[in-house]
Formats: sequence, structure tokens, C-alpha cells
Amino acid sequence: MSDTPIISCRGVTRHFGGLVANDSIDLDVRRGEILGLIGPNGAGKSTLFNLIAGAFPVSAGTIAFDGRDITPLPAAKRCQLGIARTYQVPRSFDSMSVVENVTVGAFVRYAGVLQARAKALDVLDYVGLGNYADTSAADLTPPQKRRLEVARALATEPKLLLLDEVLTGLTPSEAAAGVDLIRKVRQSGVTVVMVEHVMEVVMPLVDRAVVLHLGKTLAEGLPRDVVRDEKVIAAYLGDRHRAA
Amino acid sequence: MSVSTATSSMTTFVAGRRRQLIVALVVFALIALVPRLVSDVYMMNVLILTLLFAALSQSWNLLGGYCGQVSLGHALYFGIGAYATSLLYVKFGITPWGGLLAGGILAALIALALGYPSFRLKGHYFSIATIVIAEIGLLLFHNWDYAGAALGIQWPFTPDSWWTLQFARNKAPYFYFALGLFAVTWLVTFAIVESKWGYWWRAVKDNADAAESLGVTIFQSKMAAAAISAFFTAVGGGFYAAFVSYIDPDSVMHFRFSLLMALPAVLGGVGSLWGPAVGALILIPLAEFTRSYLGGSGSGLDLVIYGGLVMIVSLTRPEGILSFIKSPAASRAAT
Repeated sequence: MSDTPIISCRGVTRHFGGLVANDSIDLDVRRGEILGLIGPNGAGKSTLFNLIAGAFPVSAGTIAFDGRDITPLPAAKRCQLGIARTYQVPRSFDSMSVVENVTVGAFVRYAGVLQARAKALDVLDYVGLGNYADTSAADLTPPQKRRLEVARALATEPKLLLLDEVLTGLTPSEAAAGVDLIRKVRQSGVTVVMVEHVMEVVMPLVDRAVVLHLGKTLAEGLPRDVVRDEKVIAAYLGDRHRAA
Repeated sequence: MSVSTATSSMTTFVAGRRRQLIVALVVFALIALVPRLVSDVYMMNVLILTLLFAALSQSWNLLGGYCGQVSLGHALYFGIGAYATSLLYVKFGITPWGGLLAGGILAALIALALGYPSFRLKGHYFSIATIVIAEIGLLLFHNWDYAGAALGIQWPFTPDSWWTLQFARNKAPYFYFALGLFAVTWLVTFAIVESKWGYWWRAVKDNADAAESLGVTIFQSKMAAAAISAFFTAVGGGFYAAFVSYIDPDSVMHFRFSLLMALPAVLGGVGSLWGPAVGALILIPLAEFTRSYLGGSGSGLDLVIYGGLVMIVSLTRPEGILSFIKSPAASRAAT
């Protein structure tokens, strides 16, 4: 069972009108790893990410989670099974306090409000927002909102955490704190898939990187190998640089 | 540190809930004393309607305020409750208590049937659909002969009794019934707000996509809110029929009732526990007084005044009147 990939995409394709955002992608995510999904803008990272989370359906192909076909399942059902995500632009519930935001997620696992709230407070401490529990979510700074997104996702007790550019746009110290948090999450046994387009931020953190380009898998492997890959360099910098 | 912070936060939370409940029970008890002080029949009438619309707006608030699905067609459920109670009583001799329950259940089922297609619509489109559906209901009742069509249904005159909910002389029993209905809707809201449904409704309102990614089943959340909201709205409608003893389509299903349910919540504070009551306390007496002092025939001027009030509130305090009181408490909690 532990050899089964936690996520297994086969021939995953997604069209938007005439545009093919994901073109028959095969991808396995191994249990317990931190996988970086990288690629230049428009490569199809966010599309693949949204297909795994269930934000919209695939045009073709299958997605399995824990060996179970989840292709037809809506996002809420996938969350109940153990897939949680964050949004690139934080989507906090701004009429609610920070702890209430996180409690929404905890209700997937805990029926009673006291248990759900206790779980939410635990998670807030875990991500370092313990002192902001009663603050309105609307009053958080952007980096705090990113943490709130992670806290909300963790409150659903996921097996797989999908992080959409959580480190992008942070100051170096904030990014370092974010990296520590992601490592801590992985150590607790949660598999992490992160979408980033800034290579320098993700490469030291991830165990494995998958590079997408024009909707297809361009390269896959250890970060240090991937960054030296000719095709990857060409995709990021253009063919001109390869020739030089 | 973390454990003690979390524990103290839980203690504060539980204590806060208990305090809210005690305050509410004290308020209900104080309101119950009012009939001892007021003997004027007209005044009593205004107070009964105020409590009734506090209860109705509280019910509307579950769907429109907490879940964010702004219905402007709740007159349909109000009318269904009024007609179900009247028909069962007048045609079959069934006690209005049975009619209230039957009307509530019927309205909840209709809300589910209507929600199935209309919850696919978002925002304003949903609101427009609710208006149209309620207008269709109004037209149907205008032409339904069995239910009296445009002539309506007259309740028979009977001796004062709790069993038939008919009180010709002393209106105080109606006051207690309306207070009871308001207390029940308040307590139901109080219980739901701090439950899974309450959190899920607010999450759906704030950001449906994010809610769904956290396991919130959006469609079911909206359906649950609509059914509970419609149930209590219909119970209020059934009570209103018993109170006025005569109904016709325009007197229970007119668009005006949809506004009268939504506006108190908007004015007092959408998605808040006391907002609908505060709004009703301002709007309903205002409506009744303007109607009696400024001309009994037209019901236009009170609507003009509502419109003006809502504009003032949305310009100065979009969160509603209650936010004047709430802000210091919220800032205290934050520090």
C-alpha cells in the first residue's frame, strides 16, 4: 500500500476552448515527499494543480488518490478524502475571525463545535498564528493570510497538501519561515505538492521537481539535475541561451 | 504557552456563549412583561407585528444573512403558511397548531424544490429568481378558486381559545405567541450559528470556492438554510392568518412582505443575532405609524421611508445599526 503513489495522474488533459492547458500529463506523487511543480508562466502548473484539487473537471484522463479513482469527485469530496489546498491569492473568509476561518476546515473531521474549535486553535499555534485567533481575518497582513490558508487546509487533516505559490512575494525572512513550516508539515507525515515558478525558492526545499512546459511534462527528477537540464534551461530562458 | 492560550480561548468562548444566552433569556422575560404595561389596542397591535416581523426577519437572516443567498421572495413561504393554516382550519377544522406545522413543512419542501434549480444562480440572479417565483405564487393564489381566489378566506368567529388561536377581546395571547416565535427563531439561530451548518453557511457567503476546497458541500448548505428559513417563515405566516382572521393573496403574499422580512435584517445587521430584531423594532412601528397618521389608503410612504433608511445605513454603516454596539466588543476581543 505504501508503494502506491498518493496521487497518480494518467493522460490528464484539460482544454480551455481551443487552448490545451494540460496535454496528456502522467504524474506520480510519492507518499511523504515534497514535490515541486515548476515551469514558466503559462506552463499549465496551476491547471494541473486545480485538476488534482477538483476545482474543475478534466477533459480527459484519470486521477487516482491513494489508489482510488477520484476523477469524477467534486472538490468537497476530495477534501473529505484527504486532499487540501491553498490559493495563490488568499481567499480568507473576511467576515469571520481567524479561528472561525480555520474551524470551517476542522468541521470536515469534527462534528462538534468545541472539538472543531479546539482543533483550529491547535493548528493556529502550529502555524504561528496562535495570538491572532480572535482577530478578523480581513485585518491580517498578506503573509499572515498565507499562513491562515495553510492553517485552514491543515485543519482538514489532509494526507496531501497542495500549496499554490505560498512562498511567492514574501520577504526572504518570511519565505524562510514558510520553508520551515512546510518542512514541519512534511515531517508530520503529510505529502506536499507545491506550485512555484521561482526556482531559487523551491529547489532547496523539494525532494523532487516536475517541470511543466506548454502543458506537457518537460523534465522530472532531483532538483539539482532538473536545473541543469538543457530543455529546462531553454524553456525558462529561451533557445537563444542554449545556443550561447 | 500554546496549550494555556488555547485552553483560555476555549473557556472564553464557552463563557461568551453562555452570557449571550442569559442576556437573551433576560430580554425575552422583560418583553413578556410589556402586556402588563400596554393596554391600548392599537399599540398592542403594533407590538405584536413588531415581534412577528422580528421572528420572520430572523428566519430570513438564516438564508439571506448567514448563507448570503439574498431571497426577495420569502412572501411565498409566508403566504403558504398563511394559506395552509387557514385552509386546514376553515375547510377541515384542523387546529391552527397543526396548520402551522403542516404549513412549515410544506414551505420547507417547496423551498427545497425551488432551491434545486435556483441555487445554480448566483448573487443578483438568484435574488431576481426569488422575486419572480414569489410573483408566480401570488398569481396562482389569485386564481385558485378552492383557496378563495382573490376573495380570500375568512376565519369563522369563535370564542377566545388557545386551541383555535382566536382572541377577539384581549390581544395579549397573540403577543405571547409572537414573542414565543421570536424567541424560538432566535434560539434556533443561536444554536445553528455555532454549529457546522452555521460556519459552512458563512463560508459559502464569504467565498464559495474556498469553502468547497475545505470540504463544505455548498449546494447542501444552501438547501439546508433555505428549508429551515422557509419553515419558520411559514409558521409566522400561519400565525399572521390566525391573528388577522382574514387573508387574501395580496394580504399575505405581496412583494411588500418579502421586503419587510429582508429589510429589518439589512437595517439592523445582516448575519447577526440581534440585527433582525433591532431592525424590526425600528421599521415596523414606523410603517404602522406612517400608515395611520399620514393616510390609511396608500402604503407607499412607508416604503419611501424604508428606502431612505436603508440608504443611510448602507452609506454610513454597511454592517447595520448593530455594528455601532458591536465594534468596541470586537476590538476588545482582538487585544
